[in-house]
Amino acid sequence: MLMNLFKFKGGVKPPTNKTQSLGLSIAQAPLPSKLVVPLHQSIGGTPRPVVQAGDKVLKGQLIGEADGWISAAVHAPTSGTVLEVAMHVQPHPSGLDAMCVVIEPDGKDEWIARQPVDYQALTPEQVREGLQQAGVVGLGGAVFPTHGKLTASKTVPMDELVINGAECEPFITCDDLLMRERAEEVVRGIGVFRDLLQPKKVLIGIEDNKPEAAAAMRAAVDALGEPFLVVQVPTLYPAGGAKQLIRVLTGKEVPASKRSTDLGVQCFNVATAYTAWRAIAHGEPVVSRLVTVTGNVGEPRNYEVLIGTPMGELLQLAQPQPDTDGIVMGGPMMGFLVPDAKVPVVKATNCLIAHSERLFPPKAPEMPCIRCGACAQACPHELQPFEMYWFSRAKNFGKTQEYHIFDCIECGCCSFVCPSRIPLVQYFRFAKSEIWARERDKNAAEGAKARFEFKQLRDEREKAEKAEKLAKAAAAQAAKKAAEAAAAAAAEASPTAPDSAAAATQVQASAATVEATATPAVDAEKEAKKAAIAAAMARAKAQREAVQPKNTEQLSAVQQREQAEIEARRQAAHLTDPAQAEPAAPASEKTD
Amino acid sequence: MDILLAIAIMALGAVVLGAALGFASIKFKVEGDPLVEKIEAILPQTQCGQCGFPGCKPYAEAIAKGDVDINLCPPGGMEGVAKLADLLGREVKPLDAEEKPKQIAIIDENTCIGCTLCIQACPVDAIVGAAKQMHTIITPLCTGCELCLPPCPVECIRMEAITENIDNWKWKYPVVEIKAAPLQKAA
Ligand code: SF4
Ligand code: SF4
Ligand code: SF4
Ligand code: SF4
Repeated sequence: MLMNLFKFKGGVKPPTNKTQSLGLSIAQAPLPSKLVVPLHQSIGGTPRPVVQAGDKVLKGQLIGEADGWISAAVHAPTSGTVLEVAMHVQPHPSGLDAMCVVIEPDGKDEWIARQPVDYQALTPEQVREGLQQAGVVGLGGAVFPTHGKLTASKTVPMDELVINGAECEPFITCDDLLMRERAEEVVRGIGVFRDLLQPKKVLIGIEDNKPEAAAAMRAAVDALGEPFLVVQVPTLYPAGGAKQLIRVLTGKEVPASKRSTDLGVQCFNVATAYTAWRAIAHGEPVVSRLVTVTGNVGEPRNYEVLIGTPMGELLQLAQPQPDTDGIVMGGPMMGFLVPDAKVPVVKATNCLIAHSERLFPPKAPEMPCIRCGACAQACPHELQPFEMYWFSRAKNFGKTQEYHIFDCIECGCCSFVCPSRIPLVQYFRFAKSEIWARERDKNAAEGAKARFEFKQLRDEREKAEKAEKLAKAAAAQAAKKAAEAAAAAAAEASPTAPDSAAAATQVQASAATVEATATPAVDAEKEAKKAAIAAAMARAKAQREAVQPKNTEQLSAVQQREQAEIEARRQAAHLTDPAQAEPAAPASEKTD
Repeated sequence: MDILLAIAIMALGAVVLGAALGFASIKFKVEGDPLVEKIEAILPQTQCGQCGFPGCKPYAEAIAKGDVDINLCPPGGMEGVAKLADLLGREVKPLDAEEKPKQIAIIDENTCIGCTLCIQACPVDAIVGAAKQMHTIITPLCTGCELCLPPCPVECIRMEAITENIDNWKWKYPVVEIKAAPLQKAA
């Protein structure tokens, strides 16, 4: 099973720190006191909540409905009661809040009726829809809805399906243990992806520092008689980046501007394949995931954790050391310090690292760039980080795009090797989000302009139509009058020939009067409208005044006495004139 | 004889090239004024009229003619002024008004009487409603121009600044730590 491997340029070899969490098998984390399930856990549209406070939910029940095709459903991780649907702080570098469904577990962990399906009897569309309904998303960290990646390009034949089991970031071992303990279901899940995409080859890439996982996967592949190739790739960060793994296994380079299917290749994480299989063969939506809990803790281990479990509670299971001062979500290269220990585990959470200054000593201050080029040598995408750094720093965003900033995968290799300790990735993230914001503004401005121009056009057209209508009505009336006059004239002066010249002047005169009467009619209409509006205004005002502040009804005796005392004091201090001192003066009076 | 031939050849050349140029000027005619378009691309398209012109395009036309200052558009802010100055080779001037954070309008739906006056005022069709029905604002389309506030007879429209949320949050500019150099004694 030897195969020619390709190489990507650059890369770094940080200490892997994986052995700590490999000693113990996967454990089931106990039910937490409360589950905070964010609705937006994948790329794409924010799912709409379909439950309310007070609802009883079962494990696996839909709580957030997918909004649009690129969006994935969200489910209740256990049975219990919905406490609220409200804003809560998110595991996001911004530390901002987003909509979450908060569930109090009832301890029974009772499943909803699960419906296993025979996917081979379904059409590919039905399978994709099923995966969307089950909330299957990329669990490697990018959380792109999986069903959206399961359509082959119409023009390019699908050559390779790459399955990512490389797991290159230091500290993280959840995929390693998943492959060791649940290889069979992973392989079955890969089979589903294979049937949907029909690739010529299926390649499972695993870094060569995980021989046990590779052996388990090989055994499972052989046992199931699948023609998948398990390939051990050299251990080099970031070999587990989708683009890097595709490069290593197939030699194809995917630019930022293209989808990988356009090059006939697609990539999925092993954990995604596993959850896809659970969803299809057991009818279980994604309500939990494997999380490595490691770092500054007494017992590093991998846990099967319900989505929504507060990170602080999960960390307690691994007995954090007393000098722990924060939680890093993700690995040390690409992860970030979460803003609060209350933030929930989400589908993107593959690892929690207890942070301490001993483990991650603070970096010495940044120094100027000396143009040593170390960053360019380390960059796996052959970019020039120092150039992008200069232009990001100068906020010259056009130039950063010329240097292909959107090809940067934010892997952190450049910051890792920079002798001046410049936080290069932070500059790139800043530049990228500025460029996106500008793009959004520009699109909004273009839309506004188009709508403004359309409105102007419409106004013009309406004006023209109105004028035409008025003219027509006037002409019709004039014609009618003329006809009447002609008839009258004919009746009166029967023998003599009708004086056509006189009739014509009459017509003109009557037309003029019609036009004169038309304007007063319009004026009267306007007056009526104005009067109606004035009446409505009066009504609205009355309504507003009629509103009583609600918190002053049903006061207890104690509160009433307190209020009376306060009023007495205010009167004594001549703060109010007694006439106005009624206790329940409506607030609207003051604002009016 | 020779000189006549030379003149004839030159004349023929002139005719042919002139025809080619004439054809090119018809074929590759630039629609509209490219400068006005460039200026308009910089203006924020809020269509609020605060610059004293009925919309962004008339202001762009006036700037292109050179009759007005480039610092009259408050929604564009100082950044807009700087960009215009850059494009036109004029000097950057401080903005002729206060810079405000970006806002959107919100209709208090309980008070709305359905008079449709705000719909007529909104330059970018960002309000939906019908006579005697509740009206509401399509938030993503609202440019925050405030033109719908004065016509509302029951004053139920208010402006609210757009707050930061996870979708519009931006990574901040990295702050460089400055380390105090150890004091050195003068030799
Ligand atoms: S590694 Fe650092 S110092 Fe060297 S060129 Fe890159 S940014 Fe500059
Ligand atoms: S973070 Fe970006 S620029 Fe830096 S090494 Fe990685 S891909 Fe290259
Ligand atoms: S002030 Fe600015 S946004 Fe408003 S109409 Fe004038 S150019 Fe457009
Ligand atoms: S809704 Fe009001 S503030 Fe918003 S664009 Fe329309 S008129 Fe301007």
